[in-house]
Formats: sequence, C-alpha cells, structure tokens
Amino acid sequence: MRAAVVVFPGSWSDGDCLFALERLGVDAYRVWHRETDLGGADLVVLPGGFSYGDYLRCGAIARFSPVMQAVGTHADAGGLVIGICNGFQILCEAGMLPGVLMRNASLQFRCQPVHLIAAEHGSPFTAGIEPGRVLQVPISHGEGNYFADAATLEALESQRRVAFRYCTADGLVTPEANPNGSVANIAGVLNAEGNVLGMMPHPERAAAPLLGGEDGNVIWQSALARVGVPA
Amino acid sequence: MTVDDATLERIALSRAEYERLVDLLDREPNGLELGMAAALWSEHCGYKHTRPLFRHFPTTGPSVLTEAGAENAGAIDLGDGWCAVFKMESHNHPSAIEPYEGAATGVGGILRDIFAMGMRPVALLDSLRFGPLDEPRNRHLFSGVVAGIGGYGNCVGVPTVGGEVQFDPAYGGNPLVNAMCLGVGRVEHLLSASARGPGNPLVLVGADTGRDGIHGATFASVELDDASEERRPAVQVGNPFMEKLLLEACVELAEQHGDWVEGLQDLGAAGLTSSSVEAAARAGTGIEIDVARVPRREAGMTPDEVMLSESQERMLVIPKREHLDDVLALFRRWELHADVIGEVTDDGYATIREGETLAARIPVNVLTDPPQYELDCERPADLDRRQAVDLAALPDCDDPAAALIALLGSPNIASRRWIYRQYDHEVLTGTVVPPGGDAALIWLKGTERALAVATDCNGRLVELEPRAGAACAVAEAARNVVAVGATPVAVTDCLNFGNPERPTIAYQIEQSILGLADACRAFGTPVVSGNASLYNETPAGAVLPTPTVGMLGLLDDVARRLTPAISEGDEVLLIGAPLAQPAQALAGSEYLASRHDLVAGVPAIDLDREGRVQRLVLDANARGLLSAAHDCADGGLAVALAECCLAGGVGLDASGAVLGDRLDAALFGEAQSRFVVATPDAETRAALETLAAEAGVDAVALGVATGAGEDARLRLGPLDASLAALREAYEGGLPRALGSGA
Repeated sequence: MRAAVVVFPGSWSDGDCLFALERLGVDAYRVWHRETDLGGADLVVLPGGFSYGDYLRCGAIARFSPVMQAVGTHADAGGLVIGICNGFQILCEAGMLPGVLMRNASLQFRCQPVHLIAAEHGSPFTAGIEPGRVLQVPISHGEGNYFADAATLEALESQRRVAFRYCTADGLVTPEANPNGSVANIAGVLNAEGNVLGMMPHPERAAAPLLGGEDGNVIWQSALARVGVPA
Repeated sequence: MTVDDATLERIALSRAEYERLVDLLDREPNGLELGMAAALWSEHCGYKHTRPLFRHFPTTGPSVLTEAGAENAGAIDLGDGWCAVFKMESHNHPSAIEPYEGAATGVGGILRDIFAMGMRPVALLDSLRFGPLDEPRNRHLFSGVVAGIGGYGNCVGVPTVGGEVQFDPAYGGNPLVNAMCLGVGRVEHLLSASARGPGNPLVLVGADTGRDGIHGATFASVELDDASEERRPAVQVGNPFMEKLLLEACVELAEQHGDWVEGLQDLGAAGLTSSSVEAAARAGTGIEIDVARVPRREAGMTPDEVMLSESQERMLVIPKREHLDDVLALFRRWELHADVIGEVTDDGYATIREGETLAARIPVNVLTDPPQYELDCERPADLDRRQAVDLAALPDCDDPAAALIALLGSPNIASRRWIYRQYDHEVLTGTVVPPGGDAALIWLKGTERALAVATDCNGRLVELEPRAGAACAVAEAARNVVAVGATPVAVTDCLNFGNPERPTIAYQIEQSILGLADACRAFGTPVVSGNASLYNETPAGAVLPTPTVGMLGLLDDVARRLTPAISEGDEVLLIGAPLAQPAQALAGSEYLASRHDLVAGVPAIDLDREGRVQRLVLDANARGLLSAAHDCADGGLAVALAECCLAGGVGLDASGAVLGDRLDAALFGEAQSRFVVATPDAETRAALETLAAEAGVDAVALGVATGAGEDARLRLGPLDASLAALREAYEGGLPRALGSGA
C-alpha cells in the first residue's frame, strides 16, 4: 500500500503518521499542500496539527490548498481518505464529511487517553475491528466537539456512518466518557460511501507498546486489508 | 547630548554606567546608541551581577560540545553521532502583566534558542511559581499562564512533557515562568550563532517588525510596581503558526543544507540589536544593518524602534554569499518572508543606517562588555532565628491519615493533571514516560536510548539555607531523572532572585550559585546553559530565591525505564535513609508550612551520600532488580508512597513499619537522598538489600503492594487510609483550589 501524508503549513502529526504507517510496512511519504499529484497513493492521510494556525476557523484555510482538489478527486474515485484531528476539521470544512467541530465543552484543550468503540463494522477503516472491542487511543485537541443538525445525525445513524464513539473502558457510551461534548459521543464519522473517515482521536499515537499501546494500528490494518496487502 | 535622569531611569541605566559608556566611546552616544547599549548592558542580556559568579560552575566534561554561554543553548554528545541541546529561560515579568502572551512568548523564545542551533525541539517543560490560589489575581495569573503555554506549544507541535508548579505568598504579584526546551539531532547538523565571513549577507526571516516589546530587556531588569501595568506594550504577542514554519525551515536548513550558512541566530530580548551584535561578537566581526530594509508592521517606525523591537518569531540567518539565493528560496518555500537587511563587516563595529543616513556606529566589544559588579552580600538577619527554631518542641501529628489527605489535596502537592491535560504531551510520538511522574522520558527514535528531563527547585529550602538549598535543587532534579532509570548528564539553570543591589538578596544569589556548583561538581553534571532573572520584586518584597535546575539524563535502554507505578505483589522499600527521622527532617517541609504555618529549620544535604544513593538505584535497575521507583521529596515518605499506590492503582501494607519517636518527621519529613523503590518479588528484594549493604546505603523493606479495587488501602505504621480517599484528595486538589469542577 502507498500512503500519501499531506503536509499543510502548521501540520504536526505528519511525522507521527509516517512513523505508524512505516511500522506496518506501508510505503508512506509526505505530499506538500501545494502539490496537485498524490503520487499514486492508495490511502491519503490528512494529519493533525494547526493548519494555518487554526486562524479564522480550524481547517477553513487549508481546504483551499491546491492539494485538496486532488484529495477530492481521489475520494470521488473511491480512494481511501482519513482525516485525523485537524484533518477531520479540514474534511468537514471542505464538505467531504458532514457536521462541524466546535470548541470543547470544557473550553480547554484536552490531551488524554480515551476509549473508543467502533459503531460501524463495514467500512474499510473499521472492518478489521472485532465487534465490541474497545480501543484506547489518545485525543489532543481544543476543538473536537462534534455537532450536526438533527437530519444529518439521523442520516449518520441510520446509515451506520458513526465510525467511532467515546465510551468507558467497558465499552459503555456514557456522558462521563465524552471528553469534549460531542453530540452522541461521536469521535469519528464516515462519508456516505464509507471511503472517507474523519476522527478526532490520534490512532498514529497508539502505534507501539513503548507509547502506551498500539490499539490505533487496527485502523491502518483494516485499510491495508481493504487495499489488498496483508499487514 | 545631555541625558537627564528620567531617560536613564526609563532605560534602566545608572549615571555611572552612562559615564562608563561615554568613556569607552570617547564621546556622548546618540539616542539609538544609548538604547542599544542599555539593552545589551541590561541585567537580562548582560548578566552584570551574576556573570562574575558563573566561574564557580563546572562547565566542561567529556560529553560537552559547547562552551557555556558561547551559543544559544548547551550541547551534549549522546554518542553514535547524536546530540542533545537544552536550555531554560525566564519570562517572569511579561507573565506578571499579561499571563497568556507572557507565557506563550516565553515558550516561543526558548524554542528558537534550540532550533537556532539546528536541532529539532522534542520536549518543553515549564517551572512555574505563583502566589496562593485563594487570591483571585493568582488564579487569573496561573490559569492564564497555563493557557498560554498550551496555546503556543500545542500549536507548534512540540510536546510539553513536564515541569513543576509551586505556590507561595512570596510569588504573589511576581510569578515565575521558566520555560525549558530539549532538542535533538545529529552532531554534524549543529549550527553556530556566528556572523562569520565579512561580506556575507544578514537575512531577517519571519515576522515583520512592529513596535511591540520595545525595551522588554530593560523591563525585565527592574522591579515590578504599580506603574508596571503601563508597561503592557513591552509585552509581545506570539504567533505560534509562524514559529512552526520557522522551526521546520531552520531544521531543514540545518539537516540538509548546513553548508549554505555560516550562522543562525534567534531574535529574543533586545531584538535585532542583541542578535546581530552577539553574532558579530562570537565571530570577531562587525555588522552593518540598513533599518530601511527591515520589513515593518507599521509605518513611521524610527531606527531606535526597529533595532529594539522584540517582535516575536524572527530569525537572523547569515548565509554564505554564494548561497544567498538558495537560502531565500528555502524560506520562501515555507511561505516565510526573508529579506537581506545588511552584511557582515570586518571592522568590529555595529553600524546602523537608515538608507544613506548613519544612525549609529558603536564598537561591538563595547556593547558586549557590560559593567560587572561584585555583589555586596549580607546574610539575612532573621536566618539564625529561623534556623534555630526547635522543631522537636512542636506537637507531633495525632491523625496521620487526615494529615496525609490534607497534604495530597494541597495545591503544592496535588495531581498536576489539571495542568498537563491542557498540554499536548504526546505529539512527535516520543513521550514514553508522560507527565505525572518524576521526570519525563523522551525516546530517541531510531535508537534504544531515551532522554530524561526534569526541573526542580524548592525555594523554601533555598531561603532557609541558600547554599544547601540550591544543592538540594540539583539533587532532587538528579533524583527525578534517576527515578525513571536515567543517568544524570548535564544541567541548565534559571536563577530567579530579587534585586541584587540589596545585600541580603546578593547573599542568596552568591550562596545559591555556590550550592549549585557544589552539587553539579559532586554529581559530574556540568552547567551547560542558563539564564538569570533578577529584580523579581514587588513593593511587598522579593520572591523566594529560586535557582531552578533543569536536568538532562540519559537512559541507554528504553526498555529499562521506571515509573512510580507499583503493582500487586511488589515489595516496596525506602532507599537512602532509616525510616525513623528526627524532628529536624521537617525543615522547610510542606507539612511544616501547611500544618504549623512555619518555614524554619536547617535544610541539609550530604552530597557524597546523595551520589551513592543515586548510583545504587541506577545499578539496581541495570541489574533488573527494580519494578518501580519514585523520588521521596515534597510531602515526605507518606506522600511518595501514596503517589506510588495511586499511579499503580493498588494498596500497600506497610503496617509493620516502625516509625520512631516523631511520627510527623518519619511520614512527612523531607530529608534528602531518599527514594521509594519496588522490586517484583522477595528474591529481588533480597538482592537489592545485599547491593545496598555493599554500597553503604540504607534500604528498609516497608511491605507488599496489595490488590487493586474498591477496598485498596495504604497502611504505613499507624497510618491507614483508603486509596479512594487519597485519590479524591489528590486528583481534586487543583480543581478545588481553582474553584471549579473542571
């Protein structure tokens, strides 16, 4: 599998994504946001960070970067796209995913481990996660409070496009397990076709036992399996 | 030009210093020359009260790559071509006036010191001091500083992994904000901040220059008073996004095109003046700058304003002439402005022009040769009385569980989670021991090594006995590093004191520096970088003497890392001292201050014993005997054990421990040179006890860690408390003090 990790001015988890992907044997490389060619990528990663300093609104400026046209074309053709943290915000701003990410309900930045339960099992990113398995993955954001209007939420739920929800260590979806106030504990969502995922938690940080766990790898491994190269 | 006293006061230059300048120049300086000299001769830039004392510090060692003070930060050879650079710096005065931006730009400044050397910043730490949180103003300063550190570091993408915070009335109105940064890279990519090669261009990169922060260096070198609010324009505003671009561009330049540049220098205090002059001084050259070529944020700025502006996120690059275009193109690709503003000369002068008009011409060596003062020291009159307080006459503790719960919930000891969960402490995927333990441990990717970093200083101990107290700061920072399994390697310091012109403050400064030097020499940890922040005073008085120590440690095998978390079945021991302690062990302790409202006694440390204890812990860990380790410091043994239990989520049965005549001294005394450690079983415990006996170090078996769950308890002699109650006190301490459920 080839994975293009897009670098916007202000991205900072590009290196961490390369680290996680390379550990799994993926041919991963950076693509500067001014490029228009994704280099034949099977998977496109929009990493975390503060693209353009989060000025104006998170992701609002990065969506106009030249590379985003290529990302859109790649997605339209069924290619896999994952946006993590700021990448999720960019995908929402670009209209590739529904909803918005508001300031955390606490009005503070939060960097802490959270537990996630995959609420959908058919997508390329979640198919490899056994039903009921609880993943421990860190969050690190100030604006991860997901919101969408009632009709959008209804569509997300009925089409099983809520990829991940915040839960307790036992897999219970409770208000106490919600670190940022997201509606319905939503931590990640899919587009209608299931090939575009946005999520606030950082799977690339849960990539090795040395870092406190490697639960994040199952998401990359799912994508690898879909592209046809066993991990 | 005659200079009136009001002008001299505004730029914090004495009449005698002015006359010295006239003598050196053999003429009256013009306004810009005077401003440049005042900035470089300020305490903040010139260290005129502290530099003569720095000679006491050990500064060399087999792994030291830089001469102390020669570059922006100290560099350490880690072997196999790897290099670490680190430094700590204060941003106290700006944070007192505008906590968010003051702290944020403190982080920005220390980051630039690191990437100016071509290294990638991989960890930030912050050593903070405030007045008590029951005062609204202190809550405002504390939450503002934490938000500013997070706001900057989180955006730049460098993890904030550690530090400390203490609260004491002496810091009310004059908080301390000391930021430390660690960078790593390959030795061959180290850059110098030198303006070498006459004829090479000077390139200013990054933000445009505005009127912000003018005279910041002099502001940092006077006491705070009621008029300080009016200094708000001397506080700069940070742009972490610009910093991130500068960081990436500079690291790329160093790693891939180091041969294009002669020097790289950050713009910090005193802006373009200090960066260009210091770079010229390092190389023995001169510089010529045309201020008309400096891109401005606003129209109508005078040469003085351009040269003294402290606008943030700017770097001075000295490319080789033939690579000027390459360097400009590299910065443009990172979407940064880069402009030629002058060139290196061979005449030893700092020459400033505005177009064709000469604005200033002053020898570099005059600017970098500030007057130096011998301190006029006098031991504070009340020290003898405070040291002589008979601690044995105090009533002993009658309810140890309640006392422990009170300590765990106090702002000085309670969990720092409220702080560090606001900081991204994991970005760059190198943080293998996160905040909350003794030291943070950063994995050196591509190797099996890891770097430990910690900051420490207990101002109360320094106040009571400056020389021993400062040595304790080094010892505790070293113990913190040892507690994660790393060997202490080198030190950076940040010397925070009051007005050095007062003899009692001068005494604190001199004795503290001697104490730091004693300990650094004893542990073989040279001082490779540092910063002094004096005049930390308000009309209410000076801050506690706070020579903050930043310690770097190296762990060869990251798999051997330790944390305070004990597990069920672990055998827990106290290493370094007998269990029973005399009342004198309470000297300067948190227990004494909070329970008896008393800061008294004589802090003491035996550096030889401290070294033996640390070596024993490292040796035991290298032999695989240890499963956990924790420094036994603030709050004493009971707090250390509670933290081990809370970290591991288990109880401990040490009910058989014999605590001696003074319960309070054994449980809450803060005698130095002690660790709590755990071994996985009785066999390894026995091996550790043998090893300790051979090393002449006390090792006292306390008991066995018991099961997790609702009914887990900490039992230590007569002390018996539920883990749930300890956790509630510890985790809720800071939020309660801040008056929020957050």
